[in-house]
Amino acid sequence: MSLYPGLDAPRSKAYTTIWTGIFFVTLILGMTGLYVATKSVDYVWRWYQVPDYFFYQEDVETLSEIDGFIDHIDTQGETTLVTVKGEGETEIYTLPTESLLAAEGDYIYYGDPIGSQKKWQTGLLIYGLWITLKVSFLAIILALFIGIVTGLMRISDNPAFKWAAITYIELIRGSPLLVQLMIWYFVIGTLVNRLLMDLGVAKVPTLWFGILSLAIFTGAYTAEIVRAGVQSVHVGQMEAARSLGMSYFEAMRKVIMPQAINRILPALAGQFISLIKDSSLLGVISIRELTKITREVVTSSLQPFELWIVCAALYLVLTFGFSLLVQRLETRAV
Amino acid sequence: MIHAKQVNKFFYAPHKIHALKDASLEVAPGEVVVIIGPSGSGKSTFLRCLNRLEYADSGSIQIDGDDVLDPKADINTIRAEAGMVFQSFNLFPHKTVLENLTMAQMSVRKRSKAEAEDKGMMLLKKVGIEDKSNVYPNQLSGGQQQRVAIARSLAMDPKVILFDEPTSALDPEMVGEVLDVMKALAKEGMTMVVVTHEMGFAREVADRVIFMDDGCVIEEGTPIEFFKNPKNDRTRTFLDQIL
Repeated sequence: MSLYPGLDAPRSKAYTTIWTGIFFVTLILGMTGLYVATKSVDYVWRWYQVPDYFFYQEDVETLSEIDGFIDHIDTQGETTLVTVKGEGETEIYTLPTESLLAAEGDYIYYGDPIGSQKKWQTGLLIYGLWITLKVSFLAIILALFIGIVTGLMRISDNPAFKWAAITYIELIRGSPLLVQLMIWYFVIGTLVNRLLMDLGVAKVPTLWFGILSLAIFTGAYTAEIVRAGVQSVHVGQMEAARSLGMSYFEAMRKVIMPQAINRILPALAGQFISLIKDSSLLGVISIRELTKITREVVTSSLQPFELWIVCAALYLVLTFGFSLLVQRLETRAV
Repeated sequence: MIHAKQVNKFFYAPHKIHALKDASLEVAPGEVVVIIGPSGSGKSTFLRCLNRLEYADSGSIQIDGDDVLDPKADINTIRAEAGMVFQSFNLFPHKTVLENLTMAQMSVRKRSKAEAEDKGMMLLKKVGIEDKSNVYPNQLSGGQQQRVAIARSLAMDPKVILFDEPTSALDPEMVGEVLDVMKALAKEGMTMVVVTHEMGFAREVADRVIFMDDGCVIEEGTPIEFFKNPKNDRTRTFLDQIL
C-alpha cells in the first residue's frame, strides 16, 4: 500500500479504520457546516429548480391559420387530422391525438389553438456543456498535433525550426491565457475578419478563435512534455532503428514516439484536463460555454449556490471522464 | 568488403579526446575479424564509425564499395547492408519479438507483411526461439534478447554484421548460447566484425584478431600467432592480464 512497504512495521487494522473514519467525519462536518452557514444567512435552497436547466417541458400549440369552423376530425390511432373550413378555404392540420383541444363543429378564429402538446427541450446547461465539450475536444486534438510537431522541432538541429519552437514556447508560456484570448479575439480576430470582409468572404466564427487560442496555449506546454518524453527514450533505440536502415522520421514515428507517448500520457492527461478547465475563460470573448451559461442562468434564476455547485460538478464529470479514458489507454499500451 | 583507412575521431565533450588515431581496417568478404583491447581503447568507437553511428572526423571508410563518409551517400541504404548488434540489445520494447524482426523489413526492404513474417519466423527458428515470437522483449532472458537482436539484423540480409560487445551485458550462463549463434553464422560465411572480450571466441572463430589501445590499431594477426607470440609489448601486457 505504501510507496515504501517493508521499511516500517505494518499498520494495525484499527489504524486504518480510525483514520478512514476521521476522513469521512471531516467531510460530513464540512458539508453540514456549509449548509448551516447558508441557513443562517437565510439562503433558500431550491434544488428542484435545477433539473429545468437540463431538460424541461415546453407547451407547443398548433394554431389555426384561418377563421372558420371545424368541419371534420379524423382520428387514425396516434395522429389526428383536423379539417378547418373557412370562407372559401380549407386547412388540414395533423397533430397527435392526445393533444387535441377542439371538437367537431367548434367555431374558431385565426390564432386559436387546435391542439396543445408538451415537448421535451434541452436546457441551457446542456447547451453550455455541449459547447465546452466541443471546444475542449477540438482544442485537445489540435494541441496534441501542435505539441508533437513543435516538440520535434524543439529537438531538431535545424536552427530555424529549433528557434521557432523556442520562441513559440517561451512566448506562449510567458503570458496569461486571459490576455492571449483578448489578443486572439480583439486583435487577430478583428484583423482577420476585416481582411475577410474586404475579400467578400464569410467571417471566422468566434468559436474558432477560442479553440485556436486554447490549442495554441496548451500546445506550448504539450511541446515541452513531448520533448521530455522523446529525450527519455534511450538513445540506443534510435541507434538500433537507424542501424537497420530506417530514416530519422521513420524511426521517430515507429520506434521513439510510441514509447515516448506512452511515458508522457499521465503528464498529457494533466495538461488536457487543464485545458478543459481553462475553457471556462472563453466566456470573456462571448463564447457561451458552461461557465458563461451558468452566469446567465444565475442572473435570471437568482440561485447562485445551486447553479455554481452544479457547474463545478459538470466540469468534474468532464475531467474525470477524460482521466478515466486516459487510464484505459495507459493500461492497454505495453 | 570493408576498407577503413586512417580514421580519426575526436570527442569534444566533456573535454577533447582523440578517440581514434589513424585506425585502419580491411575486411574481406566472408572474413571474421575480432577486435580486442582494454576499455577506452576506441574499439567500440571504431566499430560505430564503420556504419556512421559516429561520424569519423577524417580518413576514409568504404563498405561494399559505398563511401560511408560521403555526406551525399544514402546512409540508410548503406546501414541496411551493415547490420549491427549492440551490447544492450536495444530491442524495441513496444513491439513483439516477431514485430521487432518485421518492422524494418517492411519499411526499408519494402517486403510484404507475410513475406517479412516468413523470413522472421525462419530466422527465429535459426536462433532457436521460434516459440517466443509473440511475446514482448522484456519477458525474455538476456541471452534470448540478444539472439532476437541478431535475428533482427539478419532479417535485413546484410552483407556484414558488426557486433559491439554482444555478450558483455549477459549473465555468464547465457554467454554460450549467443556465442553459439555467432559461431554458426561464421561457419555459414557471414562477414563479421566483432568487438569482444571473449578470448575463447576469438581463438576459435576469428580469421584475424586486431588489438587496439589508446585509439590506435597496435597489432593484427591470425589467432594462433596473435595469442602464441604477440609482437608488441602492450599486446603482451594486455594478454597477460586477461589470460
